[in-house]
Amino acid sequence: MDPFAPLEDRRRGLRFRKFLDRMVRVASLAALAAGLGGMLWILYTVVDHGAGALGWDFLTEPSKPYGAEHPGIANALIGTLLITLGAALMALPPALGAGIYLSEFGRGSRTAHWIRFSANVMMGVPSVLVGLFIYALWVVPTGKFSGFAGSLALAVIMFPVVMRTTEDILTMVPDALRESALALGMTRARAICRIVCRAGRNGLVTGVLLAVARVSGETAPLLFTALWSDGWPTGYFREPTSNLPVLITEYATNSPFPEQHAAGWGAALVVMTLILLLNIGCRVLFKEKKHV
Amino acid sequence: MSEIRPPKIKISVRNLNFFYGSHQALFANNLDIEEHRVTAVIGPSGCGKSTHLRVYNRIYQLYREQRAEGEVLLDGHNLLDSDVDVLELRRRVGMIFQKPTPFPMSVFDNVAYPLRLHFKLHRTEIAERVESALRGASLWDEVKDKLKSSGLALSGGQQQRLCIARAIAAEPEVLLMDEPTSAIDPVATAKIEELILALKPRFTIVIVTHNMQQAARISDRTAFFYKGEIVETDATAKIFTNPSNPKTEEYITGRFG
Repeated sequence: MDPFAPLEDRRRGLRFRKFLDRMVRVASLAALAAGLGGMLWILYTVVDHGAGALGWDFLTEPSKPYGAEHPGIANALIGTLLITLGAALMALPPALGAGIYLSEFGRGSRTAHWIRFSANVMMGVPSVLVGLFIYALWVVPTGKFSGFAGSLALAVIMFPVVMRTTEDILTMVPDALRESALALGMTRARAICRIVCRAGRNGLVTGVLLAVARVSGETAPLLFTALWSDGWPTGYFREPTSNLPVLITEYATNSPFPEQHAAGWGAALVVMTLILLLNIGCRVLFKEKKHV
Repeated sequence: MSEIRPPKIKISVRNLNFFYGSHQALFANNLDIEEHRVTAVIGPSGCGKSTHLRVYNRIYQLYREQRAEGEVLLDGHNLLDSDVDVLELRRRVGMIFQKPTPFPMSVFDNVAYPLRLHFKLHRTEIAERVESALRGASLWDEVKDKLKSSGLALSGGQQQRLCIARAIAAEPEVLLMDEPTSAIDPVATAKIEELILALKPRFTIVIVTHNMQQAARISDRTAFFYKGEIVETDATAKIFTNPSNPKTEEYITGRFG
């Protein structure tokens, strides 16, 4: 074989290569359309079914027993805010601290390796099991379903998520930034709190928000802990506490009355809007200001 | 009136060995750094230039597997002694890195940070010192109207001069520069080289560079590193015209590296 023989008559056709190129583009566009379309469809369905239920009374009246007129969601709205806030207060400080430990002090250490591994396992545990866990550990010994028990369950779900995102975000901050902070004579703690965390602030806020948004829609862990109530959430530490996810389940599936089905859709619309506002609001607020 | 007095030795390295875990990266380094001079550290990639520089402010201690042995005397005191306060050491020995590292805050706050960190100063005095540091780093005219915008919004060359302003604000005695122009375009590089020459009377400067023309242009003395050892140290003019070691000559004439 002559390695210098002319190759001109042995060309591969360009047409097939260009066709393949176009196909990949079309396929990825189609995948995008399918994903985005699904999301828009959900949005549309919820708005379509839920908008009719909305009104001043709906947002200010408490929920009602099956069949009662004009069911509202005010008690569940407040209950969900309480339960989520309680969970965030319990989970966020230790989760952020643990994430900082993993990224700043635990690189390459065995302890950190095992903490990371456990967190990954914990994130895979079905949330209903977390509910049962708190039921056995808190509800049974105290003899009370309560909003606080619900917060405990949600906190257990939040902790590993926030810890791992915190670690991931801080690990992405370049070492050169840490070094230049230390090179000016800052202590490790100051360099981490003032420089490294500040550099990762957007990511941290997003991570925390996604975790809050995720748990605020969790239903299963609340069934065994916060349970459900038609009353106002006045006994966070000692009584079953109303909340939106369980309210949606109750209205939409357990109740046979159409007015309450509609109210369930309305509640779903409210939850969705709140989470959207939370996400968009904080992103706008914490956007890095490059030009003033 | 010419000065005949020999220059003072600011930093004196004696028998310095350095380890990454069990891997030894520096072998018995000896080097004298003269005060108010620019000393260039040159050598092929991976020869230990940066490793050597990173001992002077003990920044290597961020990584627990890294370890230095020997003596590095700053004004006669061994800065590797365990009783040396690294926070104070790093105020006296500032550092500029390869990639610019502005903090995620305004131009003004970047430069004010070390001032607020180390001194109790009145607000107006901080503003004055920030201005003079920015002037010192030849950046004032370009940023005086955008002191409140983020340091990250500046161009790469401006960011590097911002880092220099930040490093000189707290009045260190020594400036370590670890390939400060390798991530920056030629025009910005020329500005930083001018700046280094302008800073020489106030600071003792040690610069690691893989650009030999740069070393020749700005340094008074040059140390040639090869495989973790210091092969030759001499006046820059001598190193580049008449080196005594054949290895140095091979490197500066481009036969390897």
